[in-house]
Parts: sequence; C-alpha cells; structure tokens
Amino acid sequence: MQLEPKVRPTPAIDDLRAQIRRIEGSRRRAKAVLPFGVPEVDARLPDGGLARGALHEVAGGGNAAVDGAAAALFAAGVAARTRGKVLWCITRPDLFAPALAQAGLGPDRVIYVEAGDDQAVLACLEEGLRHGGLGTAVGEVGRMSMTASRRLQLAAEGTGTIGIALRRWRRQTEAADFGQPTAAVTRWRVSVMPSEPLPVPGVGRHRWLVELIRCRAGDSADFTLEACDASGRLALPADMADGSHQKAGRRRGASA
Amino acid sequence: MAATQAQVLVPGLIIQDANPAADAEGLERLAIWVLERFSPIVAADPPDGIVIGSTGADHLHGGEQAMLAKLTARLEISGITVRAAVADTWGAAHALARYAIAPITIAPERGAQAAIAPLPIAALRLPVDMVASLRVLGFERIGDLLAQPRAPLALRFGSELGRRIDQALGTTSEPMEPVRPPNLVEVRRVFAEPISAAETISRYIGKLVPQLCEALGARGLGARRLDLVCHRVDNRLQVARIGTATPVRDPKRLTRLLCEKIETIDPGFGIEIMSIAAIVAEPLEARQVATSLIEDSPPDVSDLVDILANRVGERRIYRAAPVASDVPERSVERIPAMAPETGATWPDHWPRPSRLLATPEPVETVALLPDHPPVWFTWRGVRRRVRRADGPERVFGEWWKRGPELAAVRDYFRVEDEAGERYWLYRAGDGEDAATGSQGWFIHGIFG
Repeated sequence: MQLEPKVRPTPAIDDLRAQIRRIEGSRRRAKAVLPFGVPEVDARLPDGGLARGALHEVAGGGNAAVDGAAAALFAAGVAARTRGKVLWCITRPDLFAPALAQAGLGPDRVIYVEAGDDQAVLACLEEGLRHGGLGTAVGEVGRMSMTASRRLQLAAEGTGTIGIALRRWRRQTEAADFGQPTAAVTRWRVSVMPSEPLPVPGVGRHRWLVELIRCRAGDSADFTLEACDASGRLALPADMADGSHQKAGRRRGASA
Repeated sequence: MAATQAQVLVPGLIIQDANPAADAEGLERLAIWVLERFSPIVAADPPDGIVIGSTGADHLHGGEQAMLAKLTARLEISGITVRAAVADTWGAAHALARYAIAPITIAPERGAQAAIAPLPIAALRLPVDMVASLRVLGFERIGDLLAQPRAPLALRFGSELGRRIDQALGTTSEPMEPVRPPNLVEVRRVFAEPISAAETISRYIGKLVPQLCEALGARGLGARRLDLVCHRVDNRLQVARIGTATPVRDPKRLTRLLCEKIETIDPGFGIEIMSIAAIVAEPLEARQVATSLIEDSPPDVSDLVDILANRVGERRIYRAAPVASDVPERSVERIPAMAPETGATWPDHWPRPSRLLATPEPVETVALLPDHPPVWFTWRGVRRRVRRADGPERVFGEWWKRGPELAAVRDYFRVEDEAGERYWLYRAGDGEDAATGSQGWFIHGIFG
C-alpha cells in the first residue's frame, strides 16, 4: 500500500515519544487504547487507537456545527464499543435515542443528564470522568476554556474513562471557537458526505468525512468513512480503498 | 340546615357524622405523605390545610411552579380537590389558598402585602366574632385594615388582630412544628456554642452520618431520602434534602451528598441544633457482589447518579426507554436512571435521525403526488436540491388512543441534498385524501 512508509513510525521517533511520555508524568496508563477497527485510521493514532483515560473533542463541520448530528453518532459509536454505562450530558434535549440504539448504544446503557448551561455540563462531565465506573462520558458543550479542558483531561487520566467533548454551538459564527487550544488529546471534525451510491433509487450507507485535526504525538489526517453500523463500527468505503479518498477529502475540507 | 331538609333537596344523599379526630388523623397522614415526597418541613394546618416550607426542596422538582403543579396533580389523582398558594409567609399563603379566585396562586417574592390586600378580612385567620365586628365597622378587605393606624384597632380588638396581620406580612415570625412520621430514623446534635462556618458544618455532618447509618443498619434499612435540618439561633429552620436512586447506607456517599448542599444553608447568626433524618428508608440487605469465579459485573454507577441528581434535579437525569408507538416523538419515554435494565430497544426497520426537532418545522417543497419525495425544499431560508431519497415510511395516527387522529397519516422520507446533508421530512397526509392531513411538508429530524 502506498501509505505504508509514511504511517509506520521509526524507532528513533518511538524513543523520543517514550522520553516525552516520561517527562509528562507516569499517571497516564500505558497503551490503553480503543481501536476503531479501521487499519487506516488506527495507524494514524499513537498506540493504534483512541486513547482511554483521555479527553477527545468532536465537532460537526459546516452546518453540522450547530446540530452536531454526525458528531453525536461518531461519539455514540465510540461509546458503544466501550464497556459499562455511558453518561451523556446535554443542554438541548434533541438527541433521538433510537438513532443511538442504531449506532450500537442501547437505551439501557445511556444515562442522560440535562444540565442547564455549558458550565453545568462541564461540571457533570468532570464528575462522570472522576467516577471511573463509566465506559464513556460525553458532554455536549459550546465554549470550553483551556482550564476546563485541562480539568477534564486530568479527571479522565485518573480513571481511564474516555471523555468526549461534543462541541456544539448555538450559531454558525461561534464555531470559530473550535480553533482555540484545549487540552484534549485528539480533536475530530465529522462532516456529512453524499452517501454510498446505490444502483436503485434510495439513500445508501451514510458517509462521513472524518478529519483528525489535532492529535497529540501524531499527525493530523482525514478519512472518508462509512457511518457507524449496528455495533458502532466505522468502515472504509469499498470503492475508495485505492487512496482516491485522500484527494477528494482534502478538496472538500478546504471548501468547508 | 337540618339533615332531613338536605335529604329532601338532594335525593340519595349519604350522611356521615362529623369526625374531627379522624379528620385530623387523615390530615396528619397526608402531611407525612407530602413530607416524604416534596419537602422536609411540612405541618398539618387543621382543620383543612397543610403548610409546606418549600425553601430548600423546590429545586429538586424544578422550581416552585413545577413542584406545585406536580403536587396538585398527584393529589387530584387521589380524588382530593386542591387549592394551593405559594407566598413568603404562612399567613399570606393561608389566605391566598383559601380566598384567592384562582385555585393555584403564586405570589411574587416580597409581594405578600399586595397579594393579600384585596382579600376579605376572614382570610386573616381571625376569630369569627372579631370578623363580624370588623364588618360592622365597615372593614371588608385586608387592604382596608392595612391602611388604618394600628393603635385604635389594638385598643378595641386586642393584640390578636395585629399579630395576625404581622404574621401575614412577615414582620413577626411564625414557627412551624414539622410533622414527623412514626419510626423515623433521626440523629441530632445540640451545640453548646452556635456554629456557622461551612467547615464546621461539614465536620458535624461527617460525625452525624455514621451514627445515622448505624441506626439504619440496625433495622436493615437504607436511606432513599435524607433531610438535614439546621435550627438557627433566631428560631428559623434551614433545610437541605438529598435523594438517592437506590437505598444507601454508606456513610461516605451520604456525607458527600450532604456536604454538597452546605452552600444552600444560610447559617445566619449560628446554628444550635443540627439533625439528620432518613425521611424515606427502604430495606437494604447485604449481598455479595464480587467473586473471582464469575465475570466481574459492570461497575455500579448509582453513586454518580445520586451526585448528579442532587445537583441538577431528579427529573433531569434519566434514561430513554422504548414505547410501542410508530409516531417518532411518542416512541421515547424517560425513565429513572437506575430503573432495572430490560434489554428492550426500538425496532430497527428504518434509520432514525440522531437529532429530532422538538416541533416539526414547516418547509416549502415541490413534490410529485402522491408518493414521491420532494425535488427540492427550503428550510430556514436555504433552498436544497434533493439528490437521493428514501421512503415513504407511512405512520398512521393512533386512533385507538386519540380520537382526532382517526384518519391522520404522515409519510416520512429520508432525503439527501447535494452536499450530502440528510434530513427527515414528512408530509402530513397521504397525498390524496384531504381528511388525512394538511398535505403540508415538515422537517422533523437531521441524520448524521
């Protein structure tokens, strides 16, 4: 495969990363990750998956910055593949539970908390991350300061729960906030793309442009993926496995 | 009116002897019922009332209005006609509940005087003969009395009149003697010197809770609802209530929940008595949870649920459960976060959007009738061309539950525009028969 030499890290880089990790402190649990099960994506992430015990940021691209529909399903897919209950902190009760169930996150597993504002969501999310009994804690939050994200990151490091800050703004113009630095380990942007073409009229499996905008100890990347299936797994579209998705993705990303 | 006369007027009238003792007992039972569900400070107000100290408890029910609505609804289900009022003082609430026109009144904060002024003077809890003599003097409403100088009135009617007016306006305090259920598990501590610092309060909570847990353990109970009552030196009560999703007897958990409430307590000039009572307690038996032979069970999150429920309110932490209904907005119900897991889920025939709009929004469309998806639609001022679509999924009105929906039909379509954004549209009606709906198009959800 064409990508292979680029994604395989060299031993020297590995040594340096280990050194950095030692400097950062030993609290971080070694190599506990949740792989996506898509080799192309996992190869771009340090240790081959989404780090457990860390905060991750997910936002929708374009119009989805306000509704966050695809981002919510992306988070649900991650949560579905963890074990234990899932805490979902929201400010607007427009999440439709049957859709989460279709992404593999059954109604028995999700506990919703309707907090009044962003501050309350962050406080509930932190409480959930500190508890340690949850598989994933998701918070739908607009503004998130560096301090707040640092608190969440530390809380997650202490327990090993995956924290997901689902960034969602009231207005399109506020979405520029996503550029502000936070302490999250990875930052994703999930935008919708035209679905898989079918030979008959109808809508095929949904597709997303998943951009890994920031990744600690890793490079950014973007992928065209098929949306979560019934067990929360993403997939690489069969007709794009030849690498053409990279070009298509970049062009779209620039215009979004 | 004589009983025989009443029987003539109303055929089949059932007559029972007045039984004030049984009435008082029933009122007491009702007060305990309210105490267990709504507020830590509840007292019977004979012959026909219950007075509730709502401060420190209404936040669990989402504010005064929501709490009152819930309380009256629950009482009406049990066949009790309710009149209720919220006001700053017992006297004002008493008057508004009995003499205001609306069955449910909420007086604004510090608005007791304005609220009770138009009420008749009988609302002031005065003896009947005093009300009659005031009427003779031409006083009809409380406002008339408030405008008068106090001294001549006191000279004629004694101190009772002035005391009742002051109680209604809140210038003198009126202590309540809260009702206490029998067999209540309660621990209390009297302080030699009043305490007021938050650290001191939390230290004594930490000392009282283990005693309470021991008392609960001796009876095999776990607390579902705990009240922390602080008696201040100025004879006022400060209360904090916490609830738990499952019976709890763990001192650490209960201490933490109570300590989070300290900021809601106003110690004033100091607290002299502190008591903690398990208002609602349920059987809690020890059981073995961990063995190395079976797979470890998923971790218990009931303590997290308790912490969050006491922070945001019990009703705002929930799970979603499926309801057998094809109408999307009725297919989900909220159940308590710690309700038993059933494994039930929604049917997986059709994809569902991850965001459902609270109310469907009308969209402008061009569509072929009767069963084609729209060619384009305009939503929130943006016109979108539909590239691909799936449908229709026909949802019929639930005529067996709701009469007006006898003919109602919705045809749902999943449409995708040129940019790949996917929406859930429906047409109200089947596209042919006007009886099935307005034939207008609406957007109901957004797919991911």
